[in-house]
Amino acid sequence: MSHNIEDYEKMELLRFTTAGSVDDGKSTLIGRLLYDSKSIFEDQYEQIKATSERRGEEEVNLALLTDGLKSEREQGITIDVAYRYFATPKRKFIIADTPGHIQYTRNMVTGASTANVALILIDARNGVIEQTKRHAIIASLLQIPHLVVCVNKMDLVDYKEEAYEKIKDDFSEFASKLDVKDVDFIPISALKGDNVVHKSEKMDWFGGTTLMYYLENVHIGSDHNLIDVRFPVQFVIRPYNDEYHDYRGYSGRVAGGSLRKGDEVMVLPSGFTSKIKKIDSFDGELSEAFPPMSVTVLLEDNIDISRGDMIVRVNNLPDNSQDIDIMISWFSEKPLALNGKYTILHTTKEARCIVKDIKYRLDINTLSRDLEDKEIKMNDIARISLRTTLPLFTDPYRQNRITGSIILVDEGTNKTVGAGMII
Amino acid sequence: MNYHLNHLKELESESIFILREVAAQFQNPVLMFSGGKDSILMTYLAEKAFFPAKIPFPLLHVDTGHNFPEAIKFRDELVERLGVKLIVGSVQQAIDDGKVVEETGFNASRNGLQTAVLLEELEKGKFDAALGGARRDEEKARAKERFFSHRDEFGQWDPKNQRPELWNLFNGKKNIGEHFRIFPISNWTELDVWQYLMLEKVDLPNLYYAHTRSCFKRDGIILADSDFINKRPEEVCEDMQVRFRTIGDMSCTGASLSDADTLEKIIEEVATTRITERGGRSDDKRSETSMEDRKIHGYF
Repeated sequence: MSHNIEDYEKMELLRFTTAGSVDDGKSTLIGRLLYDSKSIFEDQYEQIKATSERRGEEEVNLALLTDGLKSEREQGITIDVAYRYFATPKRKFIIADTPGHIQYTRNMVTGASTANVALILIDARNGVIEQTKRHAIIASLLQIPHLVVCVNKMDLVDYKEEAYEKIKDDFSEFASKLDVKDVDFIPISALKGDNVVHKSEKMDWFGGTTLMYYLENVHIGSDHNLIDVRFPVQFVIRPYNDEYHDYRGYSGRVAGGSLRKGDEVMVLPSGFTSKIKKIDSFDGELSEAFPPMSVTVLLEDNIDISRGDMIVRVNNLPDNSQDIDIMISWFSEKPLALNGKYTILHTTKEARCIVKDIKYRLDINTLSRDLEDKEIKMNDIARISLRTTLPLFTDPYRQNRITGSIILVDEGTNKTVGAGMII
Repeated sequence: MNYHLNHLKELESESIFILREVAAQFQNPVLMFSGGKDSILMTYLAEKAFFPAKIPFPLLHVDTGHNFPEAIKFRDELVERLGVKLIVGSVQQAIDDGKVVEETGFNASRNGLQTAVLLEELEKGKFDAALGGARRDEEKARAKERFFSHRDEFGQWDPKNQRPELWNLFNGKKNIGEHFRIFPISNWTELDVWQYLMLEKVDLPNLYYAHTRSCFKRDGIILADSDFINKRPEEVCEDMQVRFRTIGDMSCTGASLSDADTLEKIIEEVATTRITERGGRSDDKRSETSMEDRKIHGYF
């Protein structure tokens, strides 16, 4: 692990999601990534070793590292999203580790929402199964920019190239129906360490890189939308003191494009135009702001702007409508109600909405559309139409994951009941 | 122009976003300040988030009465500089008033008592959001904690029934009497914190740097000598060159032997060390799920 200032000033952050069950070796793989990058500490290791021995298990069970809650350790399953961290001199990694079973679709969606990379594990003995397809479909729906398919347990198929090629072909054929841009394949053995951090000597036929090399080098510079300027106003900063008497700063996190001093901008919903006077921060004035920076924007003119408004470029406006079509992932035990009313959160804006139409339910194992059974239950994904009380300034989710996403909140329980991607 | 942020700038931006979201979504937030490096980082990030305005919420310190004097001095100077209000909830007062009962014995700790005082202060101040500096890499129950963590009217955490958090959308809706715990630095690791504090040249209490102190060993943990701790006859103090990786109560915070007297050396030590920072906290060693159990009942 490097600790020179120059080195970690250049380090990037990469978020990836893994999905899978205990059997496909996911925990072993995460354990190996943590272990080989020296991210497991002695006391953590001693603790899980003691627990494994107490349970009468033969080997140290690395799954115990990733199962945090008491009930999970008792049942030996992962029921929630767990976040893991490790770093190499090049990058810091955040793993959103989620259960792979169909009844935990909502956890997979949650983990996928902020990921740069989806890591899909396939057992080399079993090939592409229903669960593999489900993970790939979710990665596609959530528009995770990069997909890496790890064909695991190669040691159990004698490291044969044919086994790997067959799975690669099967997956590629299936993936051609999906909306995924960047897919890579790596044959590995998480248990033996082949092609995880160190290049395998048993698979000379494989010309690609190790998984760690992939994670350290996959290009994530284009994962944000740098074209369409979108600045949702989050909080208005007014110091109320003599030094900053007339200061009105609009703070927020850039959701798209790049903002510069002097840019002509429009404020939505009012439609007033102005120029950027200054991009401010604690560290001084900035020449430019881009995603995902948190900054404060000051305008030349005194316009009434509040939380939920959006600053955009005059010649590049988002959609502005009270009717939106979304793909929704449903989280609640209580089914989605046709004509039901919910609170809707979009960027920094809050409104109410009514469910006007349920178009179809998506079978996330086959991608087929069910037009008959439209009862949307927990862990279902469906296409629906909403009518909102206020216009929302949106982009299609494919173009911008921030301005293209919403959540629905139950007005009785205050719980988050659904997550939607705008079509 | 190179359109990417390094990992520390991205973490900073995420934390500032959360802090502003709290100021926007809640009526009456408060920042839980322990005096440790994580709450110093939180305060620093809050200063950045609302610049040039002051931090728009008070700091709350639950004072066990067993603090390192250096930490209290640092706290008071920081509050003075920032011009924010400081609320002190006193565990000693709660003991004197008979609201809580102090543990006795050699490993007595006031750690558990903090929860009662914290909940009372939150209720008294009618705070609807309490910002904390917990990180997910610290402990396995914390690995599943949300940024916005809902608490019922008893201040309890329901880990199996948490709200999913997606994208940049945080749902802070609640009923009257309920509150949220908010953890803006969830995604930072111990190393990230140190690297950032060094790059930003943030002031820290001298306890974090190697110094000579009278200490003794108990169950493999080095503890600072103080009036707050009952020593067994065989526990003899000697001067050691130590520093603290976390700052909690003097009665339960372990020191480590170290000659790291600069941030550069601390980072080098953290980067190569093989024990987690809470490994020196005897309060976590009580059982495998002690953190989860305490969190369910309202601990930080």
